[in-house]
Amino acid sequence: MELGGVIAYIVSLVIMASIYAVFCLGLNIQWGYTGLFNIGIAGFFCIGAYTSAMVTMPMPGGVLAKYVHQLFGLNLPFVFGLLGAALVCGLVALIIGVPTLRLNEDYLAIATLGIAETFRLIFNNERWLANGPQGLMGLPQPLHKLIGERHYDFVYLGIVLAVMLLIYLLIERGIRSPWGRVLRAIREDEISAAASGKNVFRFKMQSLVFGSMVMGVGGALYAHYTKAISPDVFTPLYGTFIIWVMLMAGGSGNNKGAILGAYAIWGIWIGSDFLMDMLPAVIRDKGPYLRFLVVGVLLEVILVYRPQGILGEEKKVSKLMDS
Amino acid sequence: MLRVERVYKRFGGVTAVRNCSLDVEAGSITGLIGPNGAGKTTLFNVIAGRYKPDSGRVFFKDEAIDGLSPHQIFQRRLYRTFQITREFSQMTVLENLMIMPAGQLGETIWNTWLRPGAVRSQENEIKQRALAVLDFVELADLQDTYAGSLSGGQKKLLEIARSLMAEPEMVLLDEPGAGVNPTLMKKLVDNIRRLRDERGITFLLIEHNMDLIMELCNPIIVMSEGTKLAQGPPEAIRGNEKVLEAYLGGQYR
Repeated sequence: MELGGVIAYIVSLVIMASIYAVFCLGLNIQWGYTGLFNIGIAGFFCIGAYTSAMVTMPMPGGVLAKYVHQLFGLNLPFVFGLLGAALVCGLVALIIGVPTLRLNEDYLAIATLGIAETFRLIFNNERWLANGPQGLMGLPQPLHKLIGERHYDFVYLGIVLAVMLLIYLLIERGIRSPWGRVLRAIREDEISAAASGKNVFRFKMQSLVFGSMVMGVGGALYAHYTKAISPDVFTPLYGTFIIWVMLMAGGSGNNKGAILGAYAIWGIWIGSDFLMDMLPAVIRDKGPYLRFLVVGVLLEVILVYRPQGILGEEKKVSKLMDS
Repeated sequence: MLRVERVYKRFGGVTAVRNCSLDVEAGSITGLIGPNGAGKTTLFNVIAGRYKPDSGRVFFKDEAIDGLSPHQIFQRRLYRTFQITREFSQMTVLENLMIMPAGQLGETIWNTWLRPGAVRSQENEIKQRALAVLDFVELADLQDTYAGSLSGGQKKLLEIARSLMAEPEMVLLDEPGAGVNPTLMKKLVDNIRRLRDERGITFLLIEHNMDLIMELCNPIIVMSEGTKLAQGPPEAIRGNEKVLEAYLGGQYR
């Protein structure tokens, strides 16, 4: 590969890792700080992606209308796609939260797991909604006309990094304030948090909704990067499992760790793809399964030898005060 | 101050609290004793809103509080501690205290984004108060350690410190002396008495340590089999035949 190719490859790798970092940040609010066990990230990924697609794309016209079905097409700018994705995901989280957050934490896990699969299957089977298994293609990219195709990835990288940074700063401020302190107290001991005068249900709901909104933005960033989405993208492996591994590796309860974990694990995941090519032909066709195995083993190793992750939670988290 | 009226609480076939009525006077340090399984902690849980009573009422400052959730009862300035301390173990001692004040500006997330200055100055205030309270219970040196790594006795002190941060008018203490060495016990007794005298806080405390009860509490309420058996000053309780019977298992005689 010549240099230009290598750079382009690295840029695409960093873009994907940064998008995953956004998911990790969202999950970190829910799991890392509040202890909410959301194993349906793929569902919010999916809804965020589809919402942003339909907000930014026009309704298909002419001949295309015969072949492409979608519920709506608003033809709005990219920013509205991100906002729409966040809004719809927040709403979905609210609906899931009402029945589950008053119960034991296991119920949230079951509900999110189930709902993620349900959404994927609905998008797959209901053609009127978002074109069924074919999915949506030709998503608009911001500033694309201005820049042109050749160097566009650099611009998109900038956009993704800016969004990631903004989300990081918003979360950090919230977490290092009394708001985050209450979330962490709920994570430590829900009953004691209630006895300390905190409305546990309300704070858990805020955490679930905020985290899911961040995930929705992640989904939107992904959709506009690949320009084409279909239900088979939002599988539990790529949509949920790998994000959990990233957060565990980086350090749940630490936003820098969440980002670091995303970069590290995505790097390993892509790197292992290269390694698979070097395997002897006999076992090369088992490559994909070996990769799952490697990531699974990696997770085990992290949990046994460094359960707090690479960075782990800082001791003094509340920082919005003079020391 | 606190009035419990004919409260029942059943768990399946077990009636943990049975037709229990009692009164706690404002400014008193009332002891609640009784053999294991008498329903003392269940009654605390009913008063503090963790369990709803099956029937009966609970009044605090003449307002009915049965059926309210724990955080609403906290907001009415009635605070309870737990038999086995429930500190937030992966948070520092200081943070364990700073979380207590109700209605902090920075608990609303947009305030942290839009009004960081106001949140910061309120945080500074809360921190100063927390440091003063830590001084009071002599835990100031440990402000930046994880609450989970404190010793059992220090955790008991932390509970007292946390209840002070809540600025309560009444505190329910569930076995404040359990697992505490005699020196620390003396400190605890002094602290409770000082808080009553200086800040007018009313206490209702469950305790099995009779020395502590007899020294600190007046009146003493005795519970047995889910209901109030006797009430009176320490001397009267000490000589009460029924109380002895309840403790020594009179039902087998």
